Amino acid sequence: MPLPSILEKHPRSEDQLIEILLEYQAAKDDHCISQEEILLISHYLNITESKVCSVISFYSFFSFVPRGKYVIQLCKDIPCFLNNSGNILKVLENLLGITVGETTPNRLFTLELTSCLGCCDKPPAMRIDGKTYTNLNPDKIKVIISEYSGKQP
Amino acid sequence: MIEKRVISKRCGIINPLSIDDYLRTDGYIVLKKALKTDRIKLIEEVEASRLRGRGGAGFPAYMKMVGLAKEKGPVKYVIGNADEGEPGNFKDRYLMENDPHQILEGMIIVAFATMASHGYLYVRGEYSLPMSTMQWAIEEARRNNFLGSNILGSGFDFDIEIRSGAGSYVCGEEFALIESIEGKPGRTRVKPPFPTQKGLFGKPTLINNIETFSNIPLIISIGGKKYAETGTKSSTGTKLLCLSGNAKVKGVFEVPFGVTIRQVVEELGQGTESGRKIKMVQLGGACGPIIPEYMLDMVIDYERFEEFESKTGAGAIIVIDDRFNIFDILMRVVRFFEHESCGKCTPCREGHAQLAIIINKFIERKATAKDLFSLESLARVMHQTSLCGLGQTSPTAIISTLRYFREDYIEQIDYPINMGGQ
Repeated sequence: MPLPSILEKHPRSEDQLIEILLEYQAAKDDHCISQEEILLISHYLNITESKVCSVISFYSFFSFVPRGKYVIQLCKDIPCFLNNSGNILKVLENLLGITVGETTPNRLFTLELTSCLGCCDKPPAMRIDGKTYTNLNPDKIKVIISEYSGKQP
Repeated sequence: MIEKRVISKRCGIINPLSIDDYLRTDGYIVLKKALKTDRIKLIEEVEASRLRGRGGAGFPAYMKMVGLAKEKGPVKYVIGNADEGEPGNFKDRYLMENDPHQILEGMIIVAFATMASHGYLYVRGEYSLPMSTMQWAIEEARRNNFLGSNILGSGFDFDIEIRSGAGSYVCGEEFALIESIEGKPGRTRVKPPFPTQKGLFGKPTLINNIETFSNIPLIISIGGKKYAETGTKSSTGTKLLCLSGNAKVKGVFEVPFGVTIRQVVEELGQGTESGRKIKMVQLGGACGPIIPEYMLDMVIDYERFEEFESKTGAGAIIVIDDRFNIFDILMRVVRFFEHESCGKCTPCREGHAQLAIIINKFIERKATAKDLFSLESLARVMHQTSLCGLGQTSPTAIISTLRYFREDYIEQIDYPINMGGQ
């Protein structure tokens, strides 16, 4: 959905900023907010650009830089670490040919680490674009990644 | 069996997406009763129950209600805190996914008792599924006039709106959460004034963890006095615990206050998955104390936990077996808080970076005896001088391991260098 139609759905009130950013960033293929978009949002809400930027930089969900179509976020916290998330990270890095923070050359995947996903009863856990995957093992990872790779148009 | 399923009695049994299932299991009956009850009487029942906040801090629930009730003015807020970011905790997710209406019923009763006008439910952004479950439950509650204007003909108006977090741990702190709902970076405010005096959009606001709200229908139903018969002197009722790490059986379990950690780990968790010995257990989450195996007989209650000078009531029990050492855990704890610190106050912002440097020296066996003392004093300063709960509780893992695993630190000290040069 283009930015103007998302903006229209929200009242022109400062407290809508995070809601707008979440909705718009999720709708974009590159999962980031650009300079022009920051300007548009700040005009719509009648707040300064710096205010929009401060929110984007504060919350780890938001990004100024373009990311892949699918953002993979592997849990880095203790309950998953105790259940071999370190090995899962290696498998992901090998499979995708990138390290944490990088995007694959075809711009399909970005690999990130995230704070606890609240799935400590089924570790290790990761999220891909809002969908949670649990009880991960190397075989499961291979299946998941190939499914997403196949989704490429 | 040490489990006592009261708050979680419907979990896994009813269809959470069906309000009819909730109604069939006595749902919203308490709300109907409450709407015909004197507001002061409702608050008195909560006072008699001695219910304490389930989010971690353990603040008496009725005091917030009294605080909000005595504020005048047409706009007052009630907020459900479901920003469950503490590593090792997933009981709020469990409650939202399995019994969403119980949370709403509790919030509506509290709002009625305190004359609040608007409600928010702040759910962490990572929880997509719980958020959609709650959204559906709110819409169904509206359709049945449990929310909206003139609720069940009582003349009371109240509605709840969901707000999403965006990946920030500190937004679970009440003022950071308020800032976040206002559309700002989640940086805490200096107290006082407290939220019940001047909270969201400058208006009186009551914030409770959603497990706290889930206890309200039960309290009003059976009465505060009867509720207080379960648990211990300082901690009444039951607690949802989240068992994780190397435990063989992981999951959410509801137990009365007063059971021991060992009962939970051995009876419910069935020991370790690997069959190895337990080296340590971290309680509450990343902000909680790490205790050795020989301390597992301690009981779970607020008073006992306060001895660690930490607010660790959130409910995580992370079992760690002897393949891991304390520094594996401490480094992750410190890095976690370094990332999640909002940066507003100096002890927290700078402290975590320094803690990481010192812990790393121990990992690399480059630490001196002086580092041990620096670590101790820095952890104390952060605990005492940070502005909010994040920096006040984050050094708990270090302070507790310095007490119970001191020999592990000493083993990593590089004595020859220490005793040479200087």
